[in-house]
Amino acid sequence: MKCLVTGGNVRVLGKAAHSLSRIGDELYLEPLENGLSLRTVNASRSAFACFLFAPLFFQHYQAARPPQAQPPRCKVLMKSFLSVFRSPVALEKTVERCCIALSPESSRLVIQLHCKHGVTKTHNLSFQECESLQAIFDPAQCPNLLRAPARVLVEAVAPFSPALSEVTLGVSPGRRVVFRSYLEEDTDATKAMMTEMSLNEEEFQQLEAQEGASITFCLKEFRGLLSFAESANLPLNIHFDVPGRPAIFTIEDSLLDGHFVLATLSEPDLCSQEPSRPGQGAHSTMHLDDFANDDIDSYMIAMETTVCEGAAVAPCTPSPLSEEEEAEPSVVPGTPPLKKFRSLFFGSVLAPTEPPCEPNPVLAEDSDGEG
Amino acid sequence: MWCELGQGNFFDEFQMEGVAADHNEIYLELTPENLSRALKTAQNAKTVKIKLTNKHCPCLTVAVELPSLSSSSRIVTHDIPVGVIPRKLWTDFREPTVPDFDVSIYLPVLKTMKSVVERMKNISNHVVIEANLKGEMNLKIETDLVCITTHFKDLGNPLWASEDASQDRDSENMAEARIDIKKLLQFLAGQQVNPTKALCNIVHNRIVHFILLHEDVSLQYFIPALS
Repeated sequence: MKCLVTGGNVRVLGKAAHSLSRIGDELYLEPLENGLSLRTVNASRSAFACFLFAPLFFQHYQAARPPQAQPPRCKVLMKSFLSVFRSPVALEKTVERCCIALSPESSRLVIQLHCKHGVTKTHNLSFQECESLQAIFDPAQCPNLLRAPARVLVEAVAPFSPALSEVTLGVSPGRRVVFRSYLEEDTDATKAMMTEMSLNEEEFQQLEAQEGASITFCLKEFRGLLSFAESANLPLNIHFDVPGRPAIFTIEDSLLDGHFVLATLSEPDLCSQEPSRPGQGAHSTMHLDDFANDDIDSYMIAMETTVCEGAAVAPCTPSPLSEEEEAEPSVVPGTPPLKKFRSLFFGSVLAPTEPPCEPNPVLAEDSDGEG
Repeated sequence: MWCELGQGNFFDEFQMEGVAADHNEIYLELTPENLSRALKTAQNAKTVKIKLTNKHCPCLTVAVELPSLSSSSRIVTHDIPVGVIPRKLWTDFREPTVPDFDVSIYLPVLKTMKSVVERMKNISNHVVIEANLKGEMNLKIETDLVCITTHFKDLGNPLWASEDASQDRDSENMAEARIDIKKLLQFLAGQQVNPTKALCNIVHNRIVHFILLHEDVSLQYFIPALS
């Protein structure tokens, strides 16, 4: 895989990396026919984000070097990738070209920044070959849609403290769009400040939702996409369904698109479910025990294992048990309270009359967990 | 810290009913950070309303009306939980009286003072403030390795109504107090605007009392001296 980014697009790539870093610790790079995809998922599997950069975004784009049929897929530490694009502002000023190259024979993902005054910075990132990280989700399945310029949404969430984890977005009687801070169950209501922002529906380019529709999701993760949309001056779409079903946040222009899929809290009576305790064995069996009636498959991302091509790398996916440890007190900034969202995301109980006919947008378990 | 704001200067409308006719006051306790964040959202507001409400608990509800491009404004509402202080505890919150000070002196430009103290805080945890009736003030820090003193001159001494005590004082004699440098810096860092008047009263080895007067607001800050 080899691609060359020039000019202002280097900054865009950097901002996308920053955006993804709000979600996960590992960045998956997948060169596809229709462009380069950067993806990540958070530790508790309650948030998935991906950007797809079309071939035209690049001055030169080559997914796979013939005779190699399969483009290489890899994942790198988000921290390492981000360090290359540390300051998007500085990137714009000094970097002329950025070249990203990966060949399966090499043991490093090479990112070269060709800067002014003949300076070249070469970053060699170690990577792991990996399976494709995919989430099955379909915005068209969501009955509710909200679309607004990024600026409006930025101003809408500005009154909320940067420390606030979750926010509730809804349509109130009178067709006003309301953002309200969400207080977690164990927070002392007599100490915490509650903030609400209400906007006229006219401020939105599109609002297709019933009065009373509302969802609660992680604000910190949402801000990740929002800051990208603001810098790119793009409108943002929020596709959502009933509480409990993930919400899909999208942006797009002719050269790129971004999707952030975030879990939402279920209805209050379901929230009081005892969250599954981590460390009780394999990830998938734990969830099967708690939500035996759920069709787990429909909640899984399709993971394809690749044939590891010769490079001596660590096992593609961590064992379920180690994943548990990793998923424990989450240190990923912006990950919502681990227990609640995890159990919701995997166990967002569908109304009995409504079996999932289409796969629901949720994050996957790695296939190793299935055994 | 004690701060007083005149209602007429700030509010177009002010309605209040205290606990009783003869005690027409309400004492509330809240987290300042909440109020400050709420008011920050009001920077470009059309109107701001502050009400005492009872939601899940007593709250100060700040309702901010912000301009928008649509036909109706945006509204931000903050519910800040407050504790209502019972009347029997009101005496704890009386305005502190101006102490019997030894020296009273006008402060130098706050910005200058702040940048001096900021550099000093990296060297020592305590600072000695001393001043005399000749308009001289010194800020001193002392460690094993170094002593640093910053001298301010020609500051001027305010005249107070009852000057009896200080009449006997030798004008060159310094009154000093050793205080926690972080507390001094907190006070100085919080000042955004230059006050109309800024002065400092020192009770030797007991307390330093700062008084800042703006047009609409008065601020008093007491820092106890360390032994």
